[in-house]
Amino acid sequence: MEEGKRLIITVLGHDRVGIIAGISSILAEANINILDINQTILQGFFAMVMVVDSSQSRLDIGELRRRLHEKGRELGLEITVQHEDIFKFMHRI
Amino acid sequence: MSTRFSIEEILETVSMLNVENLDIRTITMGINIMECRDSDGDKTGRKIYDKITHYAKNLVKVGEEIEKEYGIRIVNKRVAVSPVALVGEGLGREDFLRIGQYLDKAAEEIGVNFLGGFSALVHKGFTRGDLALIDAIPETLALTERVCASVNVGTTRSGINMDAVYQMGKTIKETAHLTRDRDGIGCAKLVVFCNAVEDNPFMAGAFHGTGEPECTINIGISGPGVVLNVVRKHPDADLGTLANIIKNTAFKITRMGELVGRVASRKLNVPFGIVDLSLAPTPALGDSVANILEAMGLEKVGSHGSTAALAMLNDAVKKGGAMASSYVGGLSGAFIPVSEDAGMIEAAREGALTIDKLEAMTSVCSVGLDMIAVPGDTPFYTIAAIIADEAAIGMINRKTTAVRIIPAPGKKAGEWVEFGGLLGRAPVMPVNPHSAENFINRKGRIPAPIQALNN
Repeated sequence: MEEGKRLIITVLGHDRVGIIAGISSILAEANINILDINQTILQGFFAMVMVVDSSQSRLDIGELRRRLHEKGRELGLEITVQHEDIFKFMHRI
Repeated sequence: MSTRFSIEEILETVSMLNVENLDIRTITMGINIMECRDSDGDKTGRKIYDKITHYAKNLVKVGEEIEKEYGIRIVNKRVAVSPVALVGEGLGREDFLRIGQYLDKAAEEIGVNFLGGFSALVHKGFTRGDLALIDAIPETLALTERVCASVNVGTTRSGINMDAVYQMGKTIKETAHLTRDRDGIGCAKLVVFCNAVEDNPFMAGAFHGTGEPECTINIGISGPGVVLNVVRKHPDADLGTLANIIKNTAFKITRMGELVGRVASRKLNVPFGIVDLSLAPTPALGDSVANILEAMGLEKVGSHGSTAALAMLNDAVKKGGAMASSYVGGLSGAFIPVSEDAGMIEAAREGALTIDKLEAMTSVCSVGLDMIAVPGDTPFYTIAAIIADEAAIGMINRKTTAVRIIPAPGKKAGEWVEFGGLLGRAPVMPVNPHSAENFINRKGRIPAPIQALNN
């Protein structure tokens, strides 16, 4: 897989039915492959981190972010989309 | 395949970016304009305009691309040019006014909010070009929106040019007068330096120094909110432990600056200059250096202990940041601008923070007395004396110091000046009423200090 095309999507909020379905359908429509999903409950909040491969994406990252934010509003969740390099630079030398 | 980062690491970064106001404060493109000299101000200005709009035409676009691609806010995209006094040597005041207008037009054309470099380096004496440029500063700052001016009046190696200090006292008064309908905002775009640096990306004092390449990208990071949060999480840590925690945080913040610098440099095909490790506050809630010092245990910034707390903070930021970037430069330290920092504003309003304490604090941090409003009737020699004090701190301590002071026209101590945006608002602070007139009127040069016998 092409380096530098991996995105990290984080989802924060109250747990409810349909979070993963709602988000993964947007990703599937955009032809973005989910590489890894990790979820946990932090201080009572639902926290999910997804690593995705956007190298074959039909959407540019701005549009993807917009659609996920919209979905986040609908489900009452905070969703962020960030390039993997940020985490590489901050947490790995 | 498993995630290579823990959830905690990922959420820490996301929280820095989304809750704690971590952002890139500025991408500043430095551009050499020395070759743009022509026979008069109009022709020279036009050449400068052409060069800036050519070199920096994609600066804002690339900045916005990086913001989108990486999800990092880049607050400002800016341009710094070679000191205009050098380019315009031999030209007159009117020519410099024309050049100033072309700079403003260029900044507007490429979409940057500030452009620095209407500058002169006069630490040992004036050339005729320097004098003409300084003469043109007040009107230029009044007639333009985006041009920033700076004058270097001293260095550790050459001492302090007290003729220039005298002159800048008058220039600041004149600038305030010409922008009196807007609380003297011209003075917010004018910095008087000692030991000015050549690669500072922060306004209003940025210029592209003579040792710099043709074109370069310098990055200014921010992140007082992130440091504040981490200090608040450790209320009982001893100061050595706290210094370590701040170092770790500064490292992470700076890594983001390094990433953005590398990407911007590649996309613009311009060499990467430096990352400036400064903690630059904004008026936004929680994005305050003052609040960090208070979280360290001071009731209000300005209390006794403020200088020590700031010294530790500043040093820890440098130590952490220096490890994170290949090239560190610029001013690199914590900024304590009064009008741009909600905690500083509050402390000044309550009288906890005085100019005298601020001056002491500038001896251990970058960069100096920054964005301070004083009464409109403050005489020029008092402003000059404030500059001289600050320059002396820089000269003796071998560090950069600066004065950006606004004698607010028609305002008295306790009243407010409002500049809006990043420049913020500030209470007018009282100055010492006793006169330094005879000292300032002596003029001449303060000789360079001895570099041994350090006590």
